[in-house]
Amino acid sequence: MNPVQTFRVALRALLRNKMRSFLTTLGVIIGVAAVIAMVAIGEGAKARVTESFASMGSNLLIVMSGTTTRGGAFGGFGSMPTLTWDDLKAIQTEVPAVRTAAAELRTTTQVQSEDQNWATMVIGTTPEYLEVRSWSLARGSGFSQSDVEGGNKMAVLGQTVVDKLFGAYADPVGQSVRIKNVPFQVIGVLAKKGQSQMGQDNDDTLIIPQTTFQAKIRGGLQKYIQGIIMVSAVSTEDTPKAQTQITDLLRDRHHLSVDADNDFSIRNLTELASAMQAGVSTLTTLLASIAAVSLLVGGIGIMNIMLVSVTERTREIGIRMAVGAKPRHILAQFLVEALTLSVAGGMLGVGLGVFAGERLASAFGWPMLIRIDIILVSVIFSALVGVVFGLYPARKASRLDPIEALRFE
Amino acid sequence: MVAPEAILQLENVTKIYRMGDMSVPALQEVSLTVAEGDFVAVMGASGSGKSTLMNILGCLDRPTSGRYFLGGRDVSHLDRDTLAEVRNHTIGFVFQNFNLLARTSALENVELPLIYGGMPTRERQVRAREALARVGLADRVAHHSNQMSGGQQQRVAIARALVSRPKIILADEPTGNLDSRTSLEIIALLQDLGRSGITIVIVTHEQDIAGYASRILVLRDGRVIADRRQDPRRAQTGAPLSSPEAAIV
Repeated sequence: MNPVQTFRVALRALLRNKMRSFLTTLGVIIGVAAVIAMVAIGEGAKARVTESFASMGSNLLIVMSGTTTRGGAFGGFGSMPTLTWDDLKAIQTEVPAVRTAAAELRTTTQVQSEDQNWATMVIGTTPEYLEVRSWSLARGSGFSQSDVEGGNKMAVLGQTVVDKLFGAYADPVGQSVRIKNVPFQVIGVLAKKGQSQMGQDNDDTLIIPQTTFQAKIRGGLQKYIQGIIMVSAVSTEDTPKAQTQITDLLRDRHHLSVDADNDFSIRNLTELASAMQAGVSTLTTLLASIAAVSLLVGGIGIMNIMLVSVTERTREIGIRMAVGAKPRHILAQFLVEALTLSVAGGMLGVGLGVFAGERLASAFGWPMLIRIDIILVSVIFSALVGVVFGLYPARKASRLDPIEALRFE
Repeated sequence: MVAPEAILQLENVTKIYRMGDMSVPALQEVSLTVAEGDFVAVMGASGSGKSTLMNILGCLDRPTSGRYFLGGRDVSHLDRDTLAEVRNHTIGFVFQNFNLLARTSALENVELPLIYGGMPTRERQVRAREALARVGLADRVAHHSNQMSGGQQQRVAIARALVSRPKIILADEPTGNLDSRTSLEIIALLQDLGRSGITIVIVTHEQDIAGYASRILVLRDGRVIADRRQDPRRAQTGAPLSSPEAAIV
């Protein structure tokens, strides 16, 4: 008896009880669909987290000045300026894992247009800043290196600032705003970015050249940066490398002895991102485990029905044995029946899971991420469920005594 | 006259069933030889050991002691798989309650032994149709058992017993569930098969039916108490066997 015949006999037996076969399969369908949909949702959430961290500035490192450590009270990072403009240049040019870097001097101050005013975050920086933050322009242009060197009074506005000062539909490029009574020409508008992870409005900002910032907004120190340096690493994988390389560079430049503490600190946003991703992954695993339990319950349903089926068909088994079926033929028949139920359930479950995952993802507005490996694992696992839970009933059937089986009413 | 070859040979066959501490002897020291092509009726009250004898002859059970030769081969101690092969190739069964697979066509029922014999589909179907034609059901191949009369069902069962071209057909009360007219048709069919060289052993408690056999064995308490040859009556039916209508009860 070849496998094709065994399968046909099994299929015929299953089709004799269509409703029962379908209901038995339903357990596996729901189990597999649940696993796939849950994992898809989890992956979607993870991608969403990654995406929003990328919008904060991918591969971002923040270098801050040191603290006033001696004298009892700690001033916190940045309280004592230790980073110099030369340090920035060195980071930009001497560290291979760094793509680009920019200083960020910031203060909150009142900004005025002709008829409106608004308090916003004014950032003094260099042209590299937009690249570091992965920010792009919606209108106009950014300022150039020569604008920085010349201390030109020009500004790039965030959308919130545009809304407040000029109205949502106005084009402010070419107009002027006054910051601390100094007129600045608006040369560009940043593309809308929305809120940051911490609830900060990334669009409520205004960017000007750092030289102008120091000259007109807040007096600075010639040599030191009164702010932070934002660094963009070559890639996410290179972020830790960039961090070590910058540390080594700055310790060397600041002539720190081997046992001295750093007089600066480097913060790594990817750590936060990966922590949040790990959290989402844990949640995905949890959901998938719960779903897997329902798959297990589906398997028990198969075993239950197969046991009933063996009892019901005792006489059929007797007939088959009388006309020459060997125990292994009977074993194979019932095992294939269980396997057919579970694999059919697995495949239908994949379809249902993908469908449900898509619907849920679009309902949540998340990206839909179907993982092929999870689909394969689900189908293989459901087949395994069929074998494991089908084996006991099939063995029971194959061990029947033909005489007893024929006499069974 | 040269004696025909012995197809069935029992040598001191004893079968003891164990029920808890008790051992119940169902067959005791039965020795028996059946020649090829013979038509044997086994009679006896219930509990006389008829069924046990049939089970052993049909290789469904093994003797506790003694030896059983089937076509010259000792089959008394074969394992389950080999016994299944022996049943598949050399024995056809006919039961009182027909024992057809429910919700399965006549053709598929008849094909069943050939499936386990490993015959390719095409050849199998040809053989199954031949067997159904042989029992006069050529036009009933697609019918399911619940669409057929008792006589027709028993004929499907006989076709199933025939299809693997066995040496022996064992029939356990083949007419037990049929009216007398249909019984006669079934007996006529079995006699016909006997004339074509197949050895037939039937278990019956009806003296009337036993009259169609050429040899009668009577069992009591697990022993053969009578073994006589007779001139068999010839089963005559009013209608030709090829007409299926004749079998409708």
